[in-house]
Amino acid sequence: MRLSPDDIIYWQLGFWKLNGTIVSTWILMLVLVLSALLITRRLAMGLQRSRWQNLLEIIVSTILQQIEDVGLKQPRQYLAFLGSLFLFVAIASIATIIPSYEPPTGSLSTTAALALCVFVAVPLFGIRAHGLRGYLRAYAQPTPIMLPFNIISEFSRTLALAIRLFGNMMSGSMIIAILLVVTPFIFPIVMTLLGLLTGMVQAYIFFILATVYIAAATHTHS
Amino acid sequence: MDSMTYIAIFSIITAGITMAIGAIGPALGEGRAVAAALSSLAQQPDASATITRTLFVGLAMIESTAIYCFVVSMILLFANPFWNDAIARTTG
Repeated sequence: MRLSPDDIIYWQLGFWKLNGTIVSTWILMLVLVLSALLITRRLAMGLQRSRWQNLLEIIVSTILQQIEDVGLKQPRQYLAFLGSLFLFVAIASIATIIPSYEPPTGSLSTTAALALCVFVAVPLFGIRAHGLRGYLRAYAQPTPIMLPFNIISEFSRTLALAIRLFGNMMSGSMIIAILLVVTPFIFPIVMTLLGLLTGMVQAYIFFILATVYIAAATHTHS
Repeated sequence: MDSMTYIAIFSIITAGITMAIGAIGPALGEGRAVAAALSSLAQQPDASATITRTLFVGLAMIESTAIYCFVVSMILLFANPFWNDAIARTTG
């Protein structure tokens, strides 16, 4: 039994392998970028807009509203990073309705990469908001005794972010694979539906947690 | 019994125990969370959108402890490093 799409190897040249994770990630990236380009090529300012533009506007304004609800005052400067995180994870789990597709987020490499992006982005946004000294001083809050714990929590939450997404996605495809052996008729479809729901919830949680971390780093502590 | 048999026995038993104990805590926690959310929904139906959203996020956070246990038990069953080490020693 496969644990992750890392084990599907399409092409190999010595050390370099082209596995299922990379291929489906590239396809998703291509789909996301191309559809965004195609939709935003003809943008209408008036009320007569295409349905795709409406869809994109709904998505973007919802994401902006969610970021603002968490407590980031100017949500537009975080939209590019957080929005692409959410869209990638969400599309990766929605696309499981396509047969013989394996979500790239079901591989620990992808989720670790996404979590590392958050791990790098949080200090960058924090430094941009407070300067290097101001950001580093936040580690010694409320007392300098908390310094090691603050640093540990920085790493542990990155690990938790990666493992949470990976575990949820992997368990979804694993349950379906087990059910196909036990009851191959209707139950796998029901579990696929449940997997779609948990996939969306996980995408939302990944996005909200990244937003909360950035909000904590850029928060003005008096 | 050789060491490979021991590794197999203990991996399977540990995977089962991990899943069993790891499911109890999150199940109790999720039950409490849903009960609290339902009673607050009954008290304040106007705030249903916020409560439901927070409930889903909280449920997924609680559930992730069970997911960690699941990942550990899956690693023990399908990607056991000790098992691979034992196989590598006996064959090569």
